[in-house]
Amino acid sequence: MDKRTKILVIDDEVAIRRFLRASLDPAVFELEEAGDGQTGIRLTATENPSVLLLDLGLPDMDGLDVVKTLREWSQVPIIVLSARGRERDKVAALDAGADDYLTKPFGIGELMARIRVAVRHTRSEADPPDPTFEAKNLRVDILHRRVYSFGAEVHLTPTEYKLLLQLVRHAGKVLTHRYLLTEVWGAAYADENHYLRVYMGQLRHKLEANPAQPQLIVNEAGVGYRLEID
Amino acid sequence: MRQDERPDPDALLREVEALEGKRDRGRLKVFLGASAGVGKTYAMLAEAREQRERGVDVLAGLVETHGRKETMALAEGIEVLPLREVEYRGVQLTEFDLDGALARKPQLILVDELAHTNAPESRHPKRWQDIEELLFACIDVYTTVNVQHLESLNDVVAQVTGVMVRETVPDAFIDRADEIEVVDIPPEELRQRLREGKVYLPERIEHALEGFFSTGNLIALRELALRRAADRVDAQMQSYRAQSGQVGTWTARPRLIVCIAPNRLASRVVRSAGRIAAATHAEMIALYVESDRQTGRPAEDHERARTALRLAVSLGMETVTLSAHDIVGEVIRYAEKRGANLILVGKPIRARWREVLFGSVVDELVRRSGDIDVHVITGQPDKSARRNRVEVPEGASIKTYLWTIGVVVLATGVCELMRGRFAAPNIVMIYLLGVATVASRFGPREAILAAIASVLTFDFEFVAPRRSFGVSDTQYFVTFAVMLGVALLISSMTLRIRRQARLSSERERRTAALYELSKELSRRRGKIEIAEAAAKEIRAVFEGDAVVLLPREESLRVIVPSRDGFEKDPKEHAAADWVMEHGEQAGNGTETLPTSVALYLPLQGETSTLGVVAFRSAKPEPMAPDQRYLLETFVNGLALAIERANLAREFHEARIQVESEKIRSALLSSISHDLRTPLTSIAGAASSLQAGIGDAHELVDTIYQESMRLNVQVQNLLDMTRLQSGDVEINLDWQSVEELVGSALRRSAVLLGTREIDVKIPEDLPLLQVDAGLVERVFVNLFENVAAHTPPDSPLQIWADVLTDTVRVAVADRGPGLPKGAEARVFERFFGRGGKEAGGFGLGLTIARAVMKLHDGRIWAKNRDDGPGAVFYVEFPKPTNPPQVPSG
Repeated sequence: MDKRTKILVIDDEVAIRRFLRASLDPAVFELEEAGDGQTGIRLTATENPSVLLLDLGLPDMDGLDVVKTLREWSQVPIIVLSARGRERDKVAALDAGADDYLTKPFGIGELMARIRVAVRHTRSEADPPDPTFEAKNLRVDILHRRVYSFGAEVHLTPTEYKLLLQLVRHAGKVLTHRYLLTEVWGAAYADENHYLRVYMGQLRHKLEANPAQPQLIVNEAGVGYRLEID
Repeated sequence: MRQDERPDPDALLREVEALEGKRDRGRLKVFLGASAGVGKTYAMLAEAREQRERGVDVLAGLVETHGRKETMALAEGIEVLPLREVEYRGVQLTEFDLDGALARKPQLILVDELAHTNAPESRHPKRWQDIEELLFACIDVYTTVNVQHLESLNDVVAQVTGVMVRETVPDAFIDRADEIEVVDIPPEELRQRLREGKVYLPERIEHALEGFFSTGNLIALRELALRRAADRVDAQMQSYRAQSGQVGTWTARPRLIVCIAPNRLASRVVRSAGRIAAATHAEMIALYVESDRQTGRPAEDHERARTALRLAVSLGMETVTLSAHDIVGEVIRYAEKRGANLILVGKPIRARWREVLFGSVVDELVRRSGDIDVHVITGQPDKSARRNRVEVPEGASIKTYLWTIGVVVLATGVCELMRGRFAAPNIVMIYLLGVATVASRFGPREAILAAIASVLTFDFEFVAPRRSFGVSDTQYFVTFAVMLGVALLISSMTLRIRRQARLSSERERRTAALYELSKELSRRRGKIEIAEAAAKEIRAVFEGDAVVLLPREESLRVIVPSRDGFEKDPKEHAAADWVMEHGEQAGNGTETLPTSVALYLPLQGETSTLGVVAFRSAKPEPMAPDQRYLLETFVNGLALAIERANLAREFHEARIQVESEKIRSALLSSISHDLRTPLTSIAGAASSLQAGIGDAHELVDTIYQESMRLNVQVQNLLDMTRLQSGDVEINLDWQSVEELVGSALRRSAVLLGTREIDVKIPEDLPLLQVDAGLVERVFVNLFENVAAHTPPDSPLQIWADVLTDTVRVAVADRGPGLPKGAEARVFERFFGRGGKEAGGFGLGLTIARAVMKLHDGRIWAKNRDDGPGAVFYVEFPKPTNPPQVPSG
């Protein structure tokens, strides 16, 4: 059986597909290409890729509709590709079920990191969750609900812990404001973005070395938050 | 020299215009007949049927079948336009429905009886004007007309047949027809048809056969019709030759001038001239010279001259009005200037003795004309228009005659006192003084009366035998003659001086009014202001009300309304629209829509009609010709002023256009320069890699750095465009400054490199209600600015403060600082910091300023007080209603 990770890219830009073909190591990745949404959806069904790279601006249909269609029957991780200034589109795609996004232009390093995160999350869903989480200066003992930064235990309020736990569970993935608010405070608070500002600030002050230049809990302006792991 | 063989460029131009003019007009075909009953309508219908079979959309607008069976049969199957019912003084009339035809808009319409006069209240008084409008609307028209209805042949027909035809059609209209078909049958055949009752109903046949339809008349009319058609064929031949440039027979078109005298023969002379012009294919100019010599004439003579001028226009002549004292001199000067070959003038109609005494224009013209031929046209006055004016010199009344008698009585009294002490010649002198006084004060009649009375009294009282009229000495005849001569001389001089004075005062008044108008108009700038000033002046000078209408978005709007709002009547507005569309006068006192309450004059610009002026006279009678002339001059002045205003605006717009073009091209050259710089590095580095030269790591790093820079610049351009076009969706939300600075630093990490970054943001800084993406951009742009203008190892400091009403964030560097005086200018587009070579469009700071403005905040820069470097401040209003966040 082929151990390579199968990636399907749906983008009408030939140059982007060429760049991906040239950059992704053929020993590790198997690349499938689709120039439009319909072909992409068909290939997703027939090729069963591990990760899907989806451009939001397609010639035949809206990228958002591709996400919605795929999510009716597929759990394949979807990474959305989009230009800066289209934050609303990204949030809509993420809320519709996309897993992550990349702003064009992006470097191969960023892309590899996103792919890694996406693939890992697919795998971990089958396995039982790790009792501890470690990234950079952060260590979370999920079993005992303890949090350590630079080796020292940090005391978190229950809400702060709930928030951190969401970030930890989806480490490396962007989480939208709506998702975090719904998970931590409940659906009634889905629009109270300022809760997040305050609590994320508090978390940074407790966990980061320099809260104004965060290394762990980073803000994706207009989209959401991400727990950096690399 | 073979110059004559070359086609006249003027003629070619006219041909082109004729061709082009015809494309946006309907085609006109005229069926011309010698008289009623020749079968014009039949011919028209026959041809219309043919057209219809060819698939042309034919509509019978108005077809007079006169109950003739064959004709009616022919008309069957052609769609008929219902006639318009008009009630006029209790009588039901039917008329051709012009608006119905325009609304139906067929390809071809049949309208019989071209010369018909429409019922009162119709849009146009004449049917040919209706047809003109149909042609204007690009509808082809077939129509019929009899030769006696042609304007130029009108009086000839009257001479031949003894019947004066009132309904006439201007020759110019017929000449513009695309096709003329003569419907001709021999006179005897026509009379036969008449007898058979095919033309008129039986009861009228006998009368007709003896009158109008006598063989002689029919022959003459037929000849006229055929000749007219032949003339046209000739003209077409000429026109063809002009077009195809055939040489040999080409001769320059002669140019004739017809002089219009203000008398009852004027129109007749113009008609004759029109016939001569048509026969010789000459270009015709109708010339009227106004002179102080004519000021004593009654108003009706001036009106006659104007009528003749209008007739000249309808016969297709050019009309010119000049003003001079020396009529003959002016005519000759003008003829020479225009290179006329021939001057046509009417025969004098004044009494012979007057001619001997005062000379005649005709004699003088013949004598002084030099190379130019002068033709004198016979003018027999119309019997109906017998001279019926009673000459009443100015100011003559019983009172002046009494004064005259008084002066003579006074002179006699003085002479009585002198009797015996002075000789008779001295006594005569006293009388002479009396006569001279009367002559200089009153008119020639009084002067003659004074002379006669003086001589008689002198003879009666002072010449022996006293108290009798017996004259013993013939020398007193000389006394009488001298006295009479002096009386006439002085009175005629006085008269002339007085006339001149009146003329010059009239001219003075006109000039003053026009000066006032032009002074007023030149002070105004906007079109509306100009229109208001002109309306005010028109109201002040003429007795009546004025309205100015100018086009706005495809329709005519009232710019200056009247006092009573007469222009709101749809009928009046329709008249204004008509004038706007056709560029000709209409309304009260004109031939078009004469039932309107106001006179509508077009504001004629260089190339188009700029608007309409409506004038409603306060007096019921039509305007005096000189008043109307003055009004036209006023309106022309207004047209000039409006055109000037239009030109000024166009000039201004053109200048703005040029300026923005300049800015745009500056922007384009700046953009292409700044986009090309990183592209050059990228392409260069990539080609080195391809060739396998150089330090690969270094080259790849260059490519990456430069493409990031390129990305920033493209983003800046996009943002700038969006911000400028107002196409920005602001997504206000509560944001933390620390978080925004943090994410901006992350985004700028590559550009900032290894710089030491120091951030000091107080924990209690309130959340701000801003757009996260846009404010992050402000910080990113500030960091990029630092990266571009400071050494790679210099530190970057960021701090924030809460002030009374604001939250202020500072971004400070340790670079060279801002150039002196550039603190404000760095935010201007393309200025950049430290000039262009430093890279970037200088758009980043401009965008930052635009974003801060959107947030009711501000941004400014200064050099640091604590050593070298610059500091940029961004300041947001402090939120008044910070949100509540539950703890826990």
